[in-house]
Amino acid sequence: MIKNTKKAQKNNILSLEDVSISYGKFEAVKNIFCNFKKGDITSLIGPSGCGKSTVLRSLNRMNDLIPNCSLKGTVLFDGTNIYDKRVDPVEVRRRIGMVFQQPNPFPKSIYENIAFGARINGFVGDIDDLVELSLKKAALWDECKDKLNDSGYSLSGGQQQRLCIARTIAIEPEIILMDEPCSALDPISTLKIEETMHELKKNYTIIIVTHNMQQALRVSDMTAFFNAIEYEDGDGGKVGYLAEFNSTKKIFSSPKEKTTQEYISGKFG
Amino acid sequence: MNSLFYQKNSSRNIGDKVFTSLSLICVVIAILPLIFLVTYILIKGGAQITPELFTLEPNPPGDDLDAGGINPALIGTLIITTIASIIAIPVGVGGGIYLAEYSKGGPFSRFIRFGVNVLAGVPSIIAGVFIYSLVVSTKILFGSMYSGLAGGMALSILMLPTVIKTTDEGLKLVPNELRYASLGVGASMYTTILKITLPSAFRSIATGVVLGIARAAGETAPLIFTALFSYYYITGFGDLFYEMGSLAVLIYNFALEPYDAQNKLAWAASFILVLSILSVNIFSRILAAFTEKTKRV
Repeated sequence: MIKNTKKAQKNNILSLEDVSISYGKFEAVKNIFCNFKKGDITSLIGPSGCGKSTVLRSLNRMNDLIPNCSLKGTVLFDGTNIYDKRVDPVEVRRRIGMVFQQPNPFPKSIYENIAFGARINGFVGDIDDLVELSLKKAALWDECKDKLNDSGYSLSGGQQQRLCIARTIAIEPEIILMDEPCSALDPISTLKIEETMHELKKNYTIIIVTHNMQQALRVSDMTAFFNAIEYEDGDGGKVGYLAEFNSTKKIFSSPKEKTTQEYISGKFG
Repeated sequence: MNSLFYQKNSSRNIGDKVFTSLSLICVVIAILPLIFLVTYILIKGGAQITPELFTLEPNPPGDDLDAGGINPALIGTLIITTIASIIAIPVGVGGGIYLAEYSKGGPFSRFIRFGVNVLAGVPSIIAGVFIYSLVVSTKILFGSMYSGLAGGMALSILMLPTVIKTTDEGLKLVPNELRYASLGVGASMYTTILKITLPSAFRSIATGVVLGIARAAGETAPLIFTALFSYYYITGFGDLFYEMGSLAVLIYNFALEPYDAQNKLAWAASFILVLSILSVNIFSRILAAFTEKTKRV
């Protein structure tokens, strides 16, 4: 029994311990406890305004860039609290990469988009190989191998998003965070990205925020359902909390919470 | 029931026409001074252009036969504007970067932005008097008083707000997603600014810098207090510390002379000044279009 929990802890690459995040005085999410397992794809689902994107951004200190945003609690990554004062957020972001909601390639060539991150991280080795490898992993190589010097903007939306994924892979992170990566894409591009994610799963831990429950069901091993409740003082503001966290199969087939059941069956959200 | 056809005489349609023609008249009145001014200078000044104009020193007033050329003033304007740019561009771009990228919109940055706007509204003669009391009357620059260096400093004060503001605005136009993307792949703040945001905003910054230069090059008042005027060729580096001629001050001095030859020289200088400022403005447009094109590749 003890052995099992130890093993489980060893597998946890990222743990949230009693995390609350606020924007100024407004509390966005409260008292989150959550463990992300190494090599899993975990999806965060829930209605709008429940703070799942906020939680995701807190995992690689992207929230630092938002004025007034503050975090209480501990985010353990690799045994270190990434909110420790001694931690350099730049280092955190090198090891926990992020793909954003809107495809945001740099205004540079496809090649440079990928080489940029590697160069600034002091990559030693053949950048040509790295570009090819990253594009192959992101399933974009065949589509753009003949136009590596074209602008990243010349690609379609779905291709741009895969370019952003390739760019993230190129810096060899341990975890990839994805914030609704397919919300701006058509179904075919979405499927391609999902295939890419299945490929990436072999080497990386992925945490994805999605509004699309079918997507959560298709890609993820674990699912965290976030919900929002009104403040106790009842002034209409809402605060997000982690309602249920379990394997995707269980969440979708036999959820424990009534709200989870209602959300996945489309009664609200 | 009203007919659906257009009725010329309805009060609404008459009012509409009156208003359209009124605004048209206003815009014509507004543009007329520019057209007259440019044509007048082109005609009056263009007639005086000779090769000697660019090579000779101006003759002192009184010698009615020949006024000479504007070489020292032309070179002086170039030098003084260059000095101003060397001071104002790094400081201005750096300040703009601080405002747009590092300051979090707190009271300090609001104060700086307000200050920059105030500085932009300061009459140019005040900049001249300021540098006069700071540099010229104190002889702080190696004992020299009126000098090209002091002139450049005065003009840099006028360039600064333009450069700061356009850098600030240009950087603010760069979408935040780009910054996040760069920071998300582990770039530090300064790599992000140097490699991603500054290149994206290069176009508007360059345009602002060029417009700042164009404004400074045409200023007279600050130079009267700082660079004064000189009739003599600029021969070496040491001349920076002495009185230096400039096109604007040459126009000011010679247009007021009672002699016809000097007046004609002033017209010629006006022609050159207007033409060069015009071409600098056009250059900034070309620069903008060029960088726009390269960005898409």
